[in-house]
Amino acid sequence: MSRSNIDRLIEPPLRLAGFVCAAILLLILLFLMKEAAPVLSSGGWRLFVADTGWYPMEGLFGILPMLVASLVVMLGAIVLAAPIGLGCAIFLQYYAPPVLAKAFRLLLSLLAGMPSVVLGLWGLTVLVPLISGWQPPGTSLLTAIIVLALMVVPTMALASASALSSVPDSLMNGAAALGLTLRARICFIALSAARTGIRSAALLSMARAIGETMVVLMVAGNVVQYPSGLFEPVRVLTANIALEMAYATDLHRAGLFASGLLLTLIVLALAWMAARSGRRDTQYG
Amino acid sequence: MLHIIRDIQASIRNLVMSAFLAVAIPQIAIAAEHLSITGSSTVAPLALEIAKRFEKLNPGIRIDVQTGGSSRGINDARRGLADIGMVSRALKDSEKDLTAHTIATDGIGIILHSDNPVTHLSDDQIRAIYTGKIRNWRELGGADRAITVVNKAEGRSTLELFLHYFGLRNSQIKASVIIGDNQQGIKTVAGNPGAIGYVSIGTAEYEEQRGVSIKRPIVNGAEASIASVRAGDFPLSRPLNLVTRGEISEWAKRFILFAQSAEVDDLVEGQFFVSQQH
Repeated sequence: MSRSNIDRLIEPPLRLAGFVCAAILLLILLFLMKEAAPVLSSGGWRLFVADTGWYPMEGLFGILPMLVASLVVMLGAIVLAAPIGLGCAIFLQYYAPPVLAKAFRLLLSLLAGMPSVVLGLWGLTVLVPLISGWQPPGTSLLTAIIVLALMVVPTMALASASALSSVPDSLMNGAAALGLTLRARICFIALSAARTGIRSAALLSMARAIGETMVVLMVAGNVVQYPSGLFEPVRVLTANIALEMAYATDLHRAGLFASGLLLTLIVLALAWMAARSGRRDTQYG
Repeated sequence: MLHIIRDIQASIRNLVMSAFLAVAIPQIAIAAEHLSITGSSTVAPLALEIAKRFEKLNPGIRIDVQTGGSSRGINDARRGLADIGMVSRALKDSEKDLTAHTIATDGIGIILHSDNPVTHLSDDQIRAIYTGKIRNWRELGGADRAITVVNKAEGRSTLELFLHYFGLRNSQIKASVIIGDNQQGIKTVAGNPGAIGYVSIGTAEYEEQRGVSIKRPIVNGAEASIASVRAGDFPLSRPLNLVTRGEISEWAKRFILFAQSAEVDDLVEGQFFVSQQH
């Protein structure tokens, strides 16, 4: 069989695989819209932006405090995780001896694949009592931010490292030939050339942070309120769904699906921003 | 090329057909005897487990469990829309046309950290704690420590029972932590000396015996234990009932007897309810 025949043979299944992927996303969106329809169609979306608090048993569906809490937790986590992750990536790429770098990369991959619920368990049994002894109740915005930051550091580090590694050697060598120190080459050449990739890494980490459920559910306290301090408990959108879905019926259930729809749209927006920032610039990474 | 696609299409069609038949045929064959159970979402998970075991022991019967709240259980049993209704409370006087068959009891116990010196709480004190009027254990004779109020998420049956007993609305409660299941509640209280929470009594007693640092205070003079719930002495509890109206079918009778028998005690305890005295 000639090569072109093989190509023609494998093309349809590959096309099908691609189509299935795209269809899944579309079906998820359609499914969420269908399930959320009972509240959304009857003008019920106004219930969600009303400043009433979230008491579905009393017909109050104010979702804004949870939306704000989700965004604050996400931003807090990335502010903590980005420098640490970027530091890891720079160490991995430029400072670590090859053997150590290999081991370190493996360690980061293992960390990235660790079930997040393990981190949540650690947060609940170690971090929460620690903070609670200082500022009760311990389950708080700060705890959620710390645990989530730890969770996304490996993602941030690995994605940034791959952005740095795709900076062409010619750039770095040229800079070295001009007499720039390693520190200067990293700060002014590598980071600048790879900034698009690093931005994408941060956006990906943010998407992971806002989509995380179990960890936040275990350590955030889950009280529905606008985040007013680092030691105040908050509830994020994902935790809200996980907490209440098992026993929700009728409008309450539809309300949870609506918050799921909102969450999906936020994650899609983040992914879109990550993709767009990659296209617009012609930087490396 | 085209014939490959046609082959794939044909095999997909075959696959779909055979899957459909595999699902459809046994149902047609067995659907001769059918029992429908509707009502309380608290009872439904337990009823579903019991129904699965009953179906396994009695091939030829199919049991359909649907939720919709205790009021649906009452209505459906009354109008004959379901063979059996599920109701997570005692029947009211206006519902005495129905017969209640208790299959388990749901009780909730207040839990504190084991280091907390407070041993007795009154209903009024608990109400004051949960509505934010009492914020420090000092006011109740305990240590000078802020109270961490642990509440349950909306939709949980324990929350409903708690609110109903104390006559509160959920929006009146000033919680510091909101939890989902009993285990999370126990871990939260065990990790915080100032916490107060409530969980299913079965879970609390089991975890306390395993050495987890929680304790159950005496509430309004009543001791919260599986034994006192079973004896009917504990106020923060409610019966979980199957309700029927008038003469019922042989299968319904057999199912109710099975659901009340010792054969399902493990299922009852698996849902953190208190099983019946046999």
